[in-house]
Amino acid sequence: MSQNGLLTLPLHAVAHGRTGDKGNTANISVIAYRDAGWPVLLEQVDEARVLALFAPMGATRATRYLAPGLKGLNFVIEDALQGGVNSSLGLDRHGKTLSFLLLGEVMVTCPRAAVPEGSPYLK
Amino acid sequence: MEKIVHIGCAAGFAGDRFDASGPILADMAGRAGPKYLLFETLAERTLAAAQRLREQDPEQGYSPYLERYLRPCLAEAKRLGVRIVSNLGAANPLAAGRRALELAAAQNIPNMTVCVVTGDDLTAYLSPEELQAFPTVEGGAVAGRKILAANAYLGARPIAAALAMGADMVLVGRGVDSALALGPLMYEFGWEAAAWDRLAAGTICGHLLECGSQVTGGYFADPGFKDVPDLAGVGYPIAEVSADGSMVICKPAGTGGLVSRATVAEQILYEMHDPARYLVPDCVADVSEIRLGEAGPDRVRVEGVRGEAAPETLKATLCVENGWLAEAELSYAGPNALARADLAGTVVRERLARLGWDGPLRVEILGAGAVHSGGGAPSFGLAPDGEYRLRVAAPAPDREGAERVADEVLSLYCAGPAGGGGYRRQVTQEVATVSALIPRDRIEPHIRLHRIGGDAR
Repeated sequence: MSQNGLLTLPLHAVAHGRTGDKGNTANISVIAYRDAGWPVLLEQVDEARVLALFAPMGATRATRYLAPGLKGLNFVIEDALQGGVNSSLGLDRHGKTLSFLLLGEVMVTCPRAAVPEGSPYLK
Repeated sequence: MEKIVHIGCAAGFAGDRFDASGPILADMAGRAGPKYLLFETLAERTLAAAQRLREQDPEQGYSPYLERYLRPCLAEAKRLGVRIVSNLGAANPLAAGRRALELAAAQNIPNMTVCVVTGDDLTAYLSPEELQAFPTVEGGAVAGRKILAANAYLGARPIAAALAMGADMVLVGRGVDSALALGPLMYEFGWEAAAWDRLAAGTICGHLLECGSQVTGGYFADPGFKDVPDLAGVGYPIAEVSADGSMVICKPAGTGGLVSRATVAEQILYEMHDPARYLVPDCVADVSEIRLGEAGPDRVRVEGVRGEAAPETLKATLCVENGWLAEAELSYAGPNALARADLAGTVVRERLARLGWDGPLRVEILGAGAVHSGGGAPSFGLAPDGEYRLRVAAPAPDREGAERVADEVLSLYCAGPAGGGGYRRQVTQEVATVSALIPRDRIEPHIRLHRIGGDAR
């Protein structure tokens, strides 16, 4: 797993986040645990990767916003909720669970310092 | 001594815990300065049901939870001088105010003054045709659908004005959630209408508080990765706000939960789109360069919020009828459970097709990636044995059609594959919401303040 001192891990190892919804649009924050994780997010977690993940569920567009003060990205993903609370037939109409789909499916290559001390990913 | 305004929030959605105000008030007993207690209990579509209740009984239509939230805290809040600000008014804020006064009278609380803000209910002064003509931004068209409720998101200024009238409690209907905190701050600090950075800071204060424990460790725990001490005893938040708009987010002494830069950061971006342009009736807030700092255990300092001029239009939510939804589930467990659940789904599909059902239908297997699959076929590579749960969902124009779908899942008990158990069904009348943008001058002249109780009685 380690290469040049770098680790390849799910985004979940270096960032946390939460989903919000407005109509059929989801927003998912991706916030670095450590300063060393912020450049990893900026360089590797882009609109194309996020849209590719949610396109099978119907998403048509992903926009990435930056909140440098929080070391956070905010993805706004249109048509991600199959109609959302108004009309989705799915179980999770708000898309509340989607933040963990993103954190689990996107892989990143990062320095060890981007992962919090004591993280199960370092064991 | 620097003036600090203390604002606690004891409910973050309709149905949030009813006992969260106790620890907030206990903590506030030891605090000097103006003190406020917020309850945010109004979801977008809640107003459709509330409006229906009001049509049936002119003294109903406020939050059905009003008594459960207010009864435990009214006497102590009045005794401590903690003023309550809430959207418990829902579709009938005046009736909510009268009911709150009755509760106070029943507890022998003297001299209670309630101020009620009205004017958010657009159906009171705009016709359905006028409502349908405004441009919509979310949720599609209104034309041809019955409007159940139409409410504008009011801002903080009426709340500030109500406090200036001496209210112990301010009750509103639809308003932007953040105004529940910004209103008290405008009143206490005399922030001018064009002090955009301050108004934005107060808006973000409200944004951080409005989901209750979501900023104090609720909805945050991820065991082993993001641990939260004593989550079962999570304390609801208190903001300590200074005149320059900077604030400390904390929680009542002796409660569980966690306030850290991470809990605050997650809540700042919650339900936000462009962090540099968060639009509310009172301003446009910019949190892109916000600064968070540890200010002691479970205390986070928040500063650096910037603001710009408020938008020209106000957002309104229109609730329209949207038919019925059927949902039904049945579990399969043990050897070959996945194949049995899959066959059960096939049976439901074929039965409904033979009965002439031609509407949308979602058949999925929980445990086989259903929540994240978008309703597709079960993924490959799943264990054939284990626990799987068939779920069927379909929209229907009427209740009868929805019941028919759920009945087909029920009939699997005898006529489906072997060993299905744990049937549950839900048939729900659906409400859709549409957001429209409406010029301020069509709404603001209709905003009214009503002072009831106290020495006005």
